[in-house]
Amino acid sequence: MRGKSIGNIDWLTILLYITLVTMGWLTIYSASLPPEVTSIFDTKQIYGRQMLFILLSIPLIFILLFLDAKIFERFSFVFYGIGILLLLGLFVFGSTIKGQTNWYKFGGFGFQPSEFVKTGVALLLAKYLSFPQINLKNVKHQLIGFGIILLPIFLILLQPDAGSAMIFLSLIFVLNREGLPGWYLFSGFGAIVLFFVALKIDPKYIMLCIAIIMLIYYLRSRKVTRNPILFLFIFIIISGFVFSVNYVYNNVLESHQKDRIDVLLGDNVDVKKEGYNLNQSMIAIGSGGLTGKGYLEGTQTKGGFVPEQHTDYIFTTVGEEWGFIGSSLVILLFVTLFLRIISLAEKQKTKFSRVYGYCVASYLFTHFFVNIAMLIKLFPTIGVPLPFFSYGGSSLWAFTIMLFIFIKLDANKVNEW
Amino acid sequence: MRRIVLPSFIIVVAIILIARIFYLQIIDDSLKLQSENNAIKKVFDFPERGYIYDRNGELLVANQPSYDIMVIPREIKNFDTLDFCNSLKIDKEEFIKKVKKATDYSPRLPSVFLSELSKREYAAFQEKERKFEGFYTQKRALRDYQVAFGANIFGFITQVNEAIINKSPYYNSGDLIGKQGVEQEYEDILRGVKGVKYLLRNKYNKVIGPYKEGKFDTLAQQGKDLTLTIDYELQKYGTELMVNKRGGIVAIEPKTGEILALVSAPTFDPALLVGRQRSKNYTALYRDSIANPLFDRGLLAQYPPGSPFKILTGLIGLQEEVINTETGFVCHHGFSYGAGRFMKCHDSGLSKLNNGIYNSCNTYFCSVYRNTIDKFKNSSKGVDVWSDHVKSFGLGNYMGTDLPIGKKGNIPTSKTYQRIYPNGGWKGSTIISNGIGQGEVLTTPLQLANMMAVVANKGYFFTPHIVKKIKDKPLDKKYTTKNISTVDSKYFDPVIEGLADVYNKGTAASLKVKDMQICGKTGTAENKIRVGGKTYQLKDHSIFVAFAPKENPTIAIAVFVENGYWGNRWAGPIATLMIEKYVNGEITRTDLENRMLNGSLEDEYKKIENIIYQRFTETVTVDNTKQSLTLKEEETN
Repeated sequence: MRGKSIGNIDWLTILLYITLVTMGWLTIYSASLPPEVTSIFDTKQIYGRQMLFILLSIPLIFILLFLDAKIFERFSFVFYGIGILLLLGLFVFGSTIKGQTNWYKFGGFGFQPSEFVKTGVALLLAKYLSFPQINLKNVKHQLIGFGIILLPIFLILLQPDAGSAMIFLSLIFVLNREGLPGWYLFSGFGAIVLFFVALKIDPKYIMLCIAIIMLIYYLRSRKVTRNPILFLFIFIIISGFVFSVNYVYNNVLESHQKDRIDVLLGDNVDVKKEGYNLNQSMIAIGSGGLTGKGYLEGTQTKGGFVPEQHTDYIFTTVGEEWGFIGSSLVILLFVTLFLRIISLAEKQKTKFSRVYGYCVASYLFTHFFVNIAMLIKLFPTIGVPLPFFSYGGSSLWAFTIMLFIFIKLDANKVNEW
Repeated sequence: MRRIVLPSFIIVVAIILIARIFYLQIIDDSLKLQSENNAIKKVFDFPERGYIYDRNGELLVANQPSYDIMVIPREIKNFDTLDFCNSLKIDKEEFIKKVKKATDYSPRLPSVFLSELSKREYAAFQEKERKFEGFYTQKRALRDYQVAFGANIFGFITQVNEAIINKSPYYNSGDLIGKQGVEQEYEDILRGVKGVKYLLRNKYNKVIGPYKEGKFDTLAQQGKDLTLTIDYELQKYGTELMVNKRGGIVAIEPKTGEILALVSAPTFDPALLVGRQRSKNYTALYRDSIANPLFDRGLLAQYPPGSPFKILTGLIGLQEEVINTETGFVCHHGFSYGAGRFMKCHDSGLSKLNNGIYNSCNTYFCSVYRNTIDKFKNSSKGVDVWSDHVKSFGLGNYMGTDLPIGKKGNIPTSKTYQRIYPNGGWKGSTIISNGIGQGEVLTTPLQLANMMAVVANKGYFFTPHIVKKIKDKPLDKKYTTKNISTVDSKYFDPVIEGLADVYNKGTAASLKVKDMQICGKTGTAENKIRVGGKTYQLKDHSIFVAFAPKENPTIAIAVFVENGYWGNRWAGPIATLMIEKYVNGEITRTDLENRMLNGSLEDEYKKIENIIYQRFTETVTVDNTKQSLTLKEEETN
């Protein structure tokens, strides 16, 4: 039975995975090429180490595919628990890099637990939602669902690593899919948009607009159902939020977080200081033109103008060397992968597999969006890796494990009873 | 419904991302430019500028190494500032100022600290250069003049200005370019083409290798040497003769149109405009608005030619058949025209063409001119016929020389007089002063020299030019094409006889050179200036034109000496000496030579200066091109 399930794996997803990892390595090679070219397996070089990570993920994939698919559901609470313990352990054993305590160091290699916790959270959430009595219209069930997500967020915020913590919020897509009332998602996005708008425009005018919109909506709704107290309550909540934006911005956010928002909104930016990364990133991508400067020919990449180019800024090398055609191709490959995972998830016979698949798609998509959008001035700079592309063993293995658990679950769906 | 939320969101986001990238990569060009500034460094290889030789291969202009002291402010280490300043002969304030300026530009990039040091200035610094960290030298080439004359011919080298950089993509800030003279006219040939190397640099500005394996790199092309038509000896001699005088000499080889000498006085040593002192010296020369040493009088000064113009009046009269060689006019010490108007003349008796020329008889030439114009019933037609004849001698328009400056002069046409006399009623006698080279007629010394070349050639000329040969490149066709005058060659012989008799028995008899037949003509032009509303009569300008030898001429010359009293007092002797020098190679008239070499008109010029500066507070500049000249009542020679 088990052998048979291997034969049912989704080869399209695997092919997309291989393509992205390969392109990722080629890009890292270009971005980290030293003056004297050495072997591609030279672990003194970044590209050599990434090659090692890629090769080591092959046995990992085989282990995952040959494990019993039931393990992931049965031991989901254990995986989640291990994840939480690892996060707690950071406060004792973790190393601090650039003010963030989010790594375990083993000799030359580091290990970032928050990458793996994502999978644990996804498994437990899938397990919880797959109980037949769970209904997300029920406030108590909602709170437990949120609790599963918020616990690791809380621990990661303490590191403090706001970027990684934010990724977990993407699971709201999953809850929404599984029956969470729509206004949660709506108000979540509303809050994000209002936050940035309130930094640019005087809150008084924003509230005037919102009052007008709400009034029109109120007058047009059916008399029987309209509830003036509810409308007033919502209005007060929104006002409170909008008027507190400036306070949050000035007093809660760290100065580097403020800088990143300023850079995005274009207020008093010094391109030699806080604006440097974004400026260089845009120059590298923008100078690529239609077809790019050619592989290994990127002048910005070779000159090392873009900081952290092999990790969070890896897509700038794609943009510079492969141009608009290459960038679009990479984006389309990612989108194909996300849609494929969602379409597979929808076909799952068990709720557990479906929810898990949805979690994987949400995570990957959020990483992808945040990573690329920050390079082209659509989103504030948040240090998250581009899945399968960015350099780093933790992120590569974490995404590989996350994806291949789903591939295994999917391959096993015929064996469900 | 809930199933399509995430997929739709993904698709919308993907479209936004792709659209944004499309904007950055395809539409917004500024990022590409920034990328080039960022990562690609251009390094230029400047070729050596071509040398300049005289017509006989004598080296006139070469190159010398010069040194720019460069500074990278961030790399300056503690050292003995006093020692540093002493070795460069600057003071401490200047040192601090220059370092600050460089730091403001960029602490990491090299800036020029001191530019264009000569080898000697650099020597003191060179010994200690290693001690001064953060400073290094960059070699470049400056002009090295082998002669102290010819500044007006060569022009000079200067740094390109903003306007040139914006106009020509070839030049970058700090590049050198030829200005004025042949340096400007033949800039493309002399400078060669600089080579470019494209280098890739990293964020620390460190070069990390060639860009695209040097695919776009170009090699420097050497500048080409120029051989001028100038005769070293003659140019030098002319410059010496004009010391302490103001004016110009232009000598042309009639058979080719090659300019043998182009002297403007006062002049200056071309070496003044080389190196660190260039800007200071140039300003001083520029500010001298009275002596005006930057004004090339040979090419730019427009004067009424006076008597030499009678040569053309005679030739045109012959061509239009209003006279023949035997036609005579009686002169009673002057010429009556119109109601009671009279032009004086020192001559008397019966004037024919021959003695009319050598005695420079005003009556004779006024009559010829009047008859030429009045030959036609319509005076406008008459003036235009005359004007076309004159212009066929190269007068009244730009000559088209290979020098960047020039003046048209003026030869009036019927339009001129229709404007002055809108009601008509003018005829030959109304504009009679044109016939003796005054009135509305203006010429430059170059044009007069060329006119003499036409006479020497009996009816044709080649456009005067200053470059004889460019390596691997033929001369412009216009310098090898004959321009034929509208006066037939048969009419020249009697006029040439008359010009030869100027030396034999006429106004230049005192200048005769043994065993040589020179054909010449004296001239005098009145001039006045207006200062503070009053008109001052100044000493006349001395003019002389000539060619020699009479048979097979090898030189045509025009000499102009400002305020030189009359034709044979200064211009005549100088022209004669120049001819003797060029034709015979040595001077027999040493008395004349000494008088000319040592003679000075500075007292005259001082007087003018007094008029302008001391007696009046108003600032008045004398523009040599527009000196008011009125009808001259008395023609001395």
